[in-house]
Amino acid sequence: MRPVRFNINAKVASTKDAIGQAPPGFEGEGFFTTKMSEVVGLARKNSLWPLPFATSCCGIEFMATMASHYDLSRFGAERVGFSPRQCDLLMVMGTISKKMGPVLRQVYLQMAEPRWVMAVGACASSGGIFDTYSVLQGIDQVIPVDVYVPGCPPRPEAIIDGFMRIQDLVGEESIRRRNGDQYKALLNSYGIE
Amino acid sequence: MAISNSLIQENLLEKFGENVSNFQDTYEMLSFESSKEINLKVLQFLYEEDSLGFRFLTDLTAVHYPNQIGRELAVVYHLHNLVENIRLRFKVFTSINEPNVFTASKLFESANWMERETYDFFGVNFVGHPNLIRVLNVDEMDYFPLRKEYPLEDQTRIDKDDEMFGRG
Repeated sequence: MRPVRFNINAKVASTKDAIGQAPPGFEGEGFFTTKMSEVVGLARKNSLWPLPFATSCCGIEFMATMASHYDLSRFGAERVGFSPRQCDLLMVMGTISKKMGPVLRQVYLQMAEPRWVMAVGACASSGGIFDTYSVLQGIDQVIPVDVYVPGCPPRPEAIIDGFMRIQDLVGEESIRRRNGDQYKALLNSYGIE
Repeated sequence: MAISNSLIQENLLEKFGENVSNFQDTYEMLSFESSKEINLKVLQFLYEEDSLGFRFLTDLTAVHYPNQIGRELAVVYHLHNLVENIRLRFKVFTSINEPNVFTASKLFESANWMERETYDFFGVNFVGHPNLIRVLNVDEMDYFPLRKEYPLEDQTRIDKDDEMFGRG
């Protein structure tokens, strides 16, 4: 009988993997200097507060993602908020009908800057199989989206991958981005502000 | 006293004569139609007559038959006698150009929202309805989506290539 073996190529644990790479900067005895936006990015990406907007089966996958086996809290997203005013990351999981569109938009507008949006699953990204008169053909018709997660529904690993890509975006974002003309133009293209 | 489909049919023919027709027995469920002018009289008769007692409106919807000129829209009432556990199906037909049918919401409270839904999807104008506005679709919608003249797919979408959906 073939023995079951896990971690054949075991990776040696290191604190660098656990806390991530330190940002580039000058280091000396007892001090470390780096850019403000690097520090802010590091803090933001490891303490995201997700706001789950779950309307169908992708929401069930998200429940598994939050639960102990996949455990999204490992990424600093322990605190799932249910008030848009407290949250950074809007996770839209499921079919959004045209009647729900203005509600979703209102939730997005109630979130404070900086805010990110993740479209989880085929329905939120493109309408999915519901190519019909009543369903919004992708939430990017009403709000800007940062990361799309494909799948119908996506597995928890896919949601985690999408979340890590959000973390990359958050970590690399300049603290001036939200005041820039490009960002304002993006929001204006959605009729916001 | 158990009532049978043939007894219901006899009662209806006795009361309304020529005005009720097309009696059918499909899978032991009686179905018939009447002219749309007397739909409330038929419903009230079925409700109040002691030997019938159809006092529960299970469903109210419409069907679009685009090929039946002059009677394109069928409004279908599903009624249930809860005492005898007998159901029946009652249809009235109307022209799509003048889709006016009297409201059953005075007789059955549950008809209120079901008639709104039927208006929402088929555009049947229920005369006398207290609040005939859309209930499920967005208010801005300017057509009745379940009429067969409209395609099922969302027509505002430009990035879906017909070739990839087998209709190129």
